[in-house]
Amino acid sequence: MEVRRHDVIIVGGGAAGLRAAVAIADADPSADVALVSKVYPMRSHTVSAEGGAAAVARPDDSLEDHAFDTVKGSDFLGDQDVIQYFVEQAARELILLEHWGCPWSRNEDGTVATRAFGGMTTKRTWFARDKVGFHMLHTLFQHSMRYAQIRRYDEYFVTKLLVDGGAVRGVTALDVRSGELFVIAARAVILCTGGGGRAFPFTTNGNIKTGDGMALAYRAGVPLKDMEFVQYHPTGLPRTGILITEAARGEGGYVRNADGERFLVERDYGVGTKAELGPRDMISRAIVQEIEAGRGLKGTYGEYVHLDLTHLGEAHIEAKLPFVRELARTYVGVDPVHEMIPIRPVVHYMMGGVDVDIDGATDLPGLYAAGETASISMNGANRLGSNSLTECLVFGARSGEKALEFARGSSDASEDVLRQQGAEEGARIDALRGKRKGGEKMAVIREQMAAALERGCGVYREESSLEEACRALAQLRGRYADLGLEDASRVFNTELVAALELGNMLDVAEAVANSALPRKESRGAHTRKDYPHRDDQNFLYHTLCSFDPGGPRIGKKPVTLGRWEPQERKY
Amino acid sequence: MGEQKKTFVVTRFDPDRDDAPTTREYEIAVQPDWKTLDALNFIKDHVDGTLAYRWSCRMAVCGSCGMMVNGEPRLTCKDVLSQYGDTVHIAPLANFPVVRDLVIEFDGFMEKFERVKPWILRAKEKAVEEGTHRQSPEQLADFQHFSMCINCMLCYAACPVVSNEPAFLGPAAIALGHRYNLDSRDEGNGARNQVFRGDGTVFSCSYANECSEVCPKKVDPAAAVNQAKIGALLDWAKGLVLPRGGPE
Ligand SMILES: Cc1cc2nc3c(=O)[nH]c(=O)nc-3n(C[C@H](O)[C@H](O)[C@H](O)COP(=O)(O)OP(=O)(O)OC[C@H]3O[C@@H](n4cnc5c(N)ncnc54)[C@H](O)[C@@H]3O)c2cc1C
Ligand code: FES
Repeated sequence: MEVRRHDVIIVGGGAAGLRAAVAIADADPSADVALVSKVYPMRSHTVSAEGGAAAVARPDDSLEDHAFDTVKGSDFLGDQDVIQYFVEQAARELILLEHWGCPWSRNEDGTVATRAFGGMTTKRTWFARDKVGFHMLHTLFQHSMRYAQIRRYDEYFVTKLLVDGGAVRGVTALDVRSGELFVIAARAVILCTGGGGRAFPFTTNGNIKTGDGMALAYRAGVPLKDMEFVQYHPTGLPRTGILITEAARGEGGYVRNADGERFLVERDYGVGTKAELGPRDMISRAIVQEIEAGRGLKGTYGEYVHLDLTHLGEAHIEAKLPFVRELARTYVGVDPVHEMIPIRPVVHYMMGGVDVDIDGATDLPGLYAAGETASISMNGANRLGSNSLTECLVFGARSGEKALEFARGSSDASEDVLRQQGAEEGARIDALRGKRKGGEKMAVIREQMAAALERGCGVYREESSLEEACRALAQLRGRYADLGLEDASRVFNTELVAALELGNMLDVAEAVANSALPRKESRGAHTRKDYPHRDDQNFLYHTLCSFDPGGPRIGKKPVTLGRWEPQERKY
Repeated sequence: MGEQKKTFVVTRFDPDRDDAPTTREYEIAVQPDWKTLDALNFIKDHVDGTLAYRWSCRMAVCGSCGMMVNGEPRLTCKDVLSQYGDTVHIAPLANFPVVRDLVIEFDGFMEKFERVKPWILRAKEKAVEEGTHRQSPEQLADFQHFSMCINCMLCYAACPVVSNEPAFLGPAAIALGHRYNLDSRDEGNGARNQVFRGDGTVFSCSYANECSEVCPKKVDPAAAVNQAKIGALLDWAKGLVLPRGGPE
């Protein structure tokens, strides 16, 4: 088996991975970086982000306000040292992107325009119309092409982290095109593999968001943190789950029930005068409550409420939200200039992920993580919209620099050990490819996993449904071992890739359900019907979930407070 | 809901096994609100797990899912299925080598893409401490639509020149290079115009306009190619071989 060597491996070519690669290349032009991605970088799901990226830019705004909004949004579970660093670096990162060509929308005087976003006290969200992720990703990707020392492995699927002597030594990666498995060795590895929303049935996430990096770390003995916190975005299109960005409300959109009422204004859902611009957890709960109270609309794909942009006018919609218009027309046949858009809460983002410190380092030497796959504890129990694109840049860059420092100070792994581990992994993949013996169908296991998660870990949770989800997922894990596959070809075997992804999603799903069960309180996105209040006395801590052959093991980690003590979260 | 049956005639090719592409037919029930990609996903999940194709975002922005549908290049996640009759033919994008089934190989494009230097070139880079450039909404509008390319490759599948002259840079790569030429922050026109005049020259384009017609994002690459021709010519006429600010 061939062994390729680099100084640092970055797994993932989304915003976080590309930013990390550029940071390393800038810090040390002689460093040899491998950028491994299961899809061409410009296909990464960062591409789908619509609304914007937050950073203090206006003279009437302050770092302190951005930090406090983030802390409060996190329901006081965010680590305040991390948040402080984040707000300090945010503008710098967005300025860099501007220098690299990002087409940020502008004010008349040529300065960068900002828009309102949920849970932010002022307009601090930078945007490029309503295709922010697309423009950021393409800018980063195109900029990264300048650097010859960034060696890309496009359409290579990482299957395993190689660990030896208590440190990470590299990865095994399947070249999807040829079907060949490679060992890629390095002194440091950064996981930038994005979230895992695809484990749920109804999500804004694309097909590739299967939590791979979380599962890779988990299987290498690194705990996952705060996995119970799954963000439901209030405004997804029925059936497809395609997102209608929060910027639609930032630009003045209303949410209405079947009676046409703006229920966020009419009833007390905790969002106060912020109304439609309250934080996502609160608005998603409000929509579910409206529907349960019989004030939803009935459709082919379940009940929904309306997002109303009709009062904004065609010119405003075309100037600021042209993609929203295109999406609504294409996927629900509604022109938002004239009609209201059907929407319902949809799984969007994982606050949880690989447990890392402020440098992006895990407790496995040499292993780092950044972006959505990491839990650096910036988002705590609820992420504020437009913070995560910036997070990918700030902590992508920092983890890149830290991983490079680590790589400089450590030595190469033995080739024999790598080869042997690679051969074992090769045997596992060969056994899975086209394995006809198994009796279980992939689509069935995937659908049952998703259903179990939705029933147990939806917007509202309770003891019995969580226990049931844990049981069902453990059982599915057993059945996964008996998976039957049809495709024995080596070339571009997407069934094999999907089977590996399903295994990863099962790990993520079990971590979510098992982390949610013992948290007997309601905080941020984790809302328990049986424990409706936040309980700082007993639950002001991060949850850790570690792999164990007998089932997930749950532990705790303290929250780093600072300037702000927990207080009631009201808007 | 009003289910209807359709037959999908899908091109299959596995280089490990097949000498030449064949087709396979799948008859399935489709829903009225499906896109073409929904049908492929149904087939993959429930009928034939061996079918290979790319997709991810299913919202027309990642650029993965381009294929020929009834002979036309389409973004299948945006392509309304109900517009077709009882039989739908699905094949890999034209003008590309095929990796397998509906998966094309576009290394050639990636190489051309890099060749047009799709990044900001300046004689002197601006320091972060200096903040952002000023760029008026009008200056932004000059290049904005050319920056909307999702690299889906539909324009290459439609281009009559690409099929005859594989070296031609092609619509998307030229549009992206031109996008930077038009950006008020950039000083790399000279370098890119040299590329535009070199191998795979922009002058190969016969202005057939097919590329703009199939573009799912209204990038209008044909206009970009035309403008790039003029830019490259003027530059050449001025005898400017070196880029404006000097950087390569
Ligand atoms: C529809 C939508 C809209 C959003 N809008 C906003 C917004 O307006 N503002 C905001 O701040 N945030 C937004 N978010 C969230 C934000 O976009 C994401 O959190 C962020 O883009 C994640 O970036 P990333 O780099 O961590 O991962 P991704 O962009 O998901 O990239 C992951 C990368 O990892 C690679 N990868 C994964 N697994 C493997 C493997 N096994 N082997 C090799 N490579 C692998 C993939 O190929 C990919 O390159 C939105 C999210 C969605 C879904
Ligand atoms: S799946 Fe992303 S463009 Fe079609």
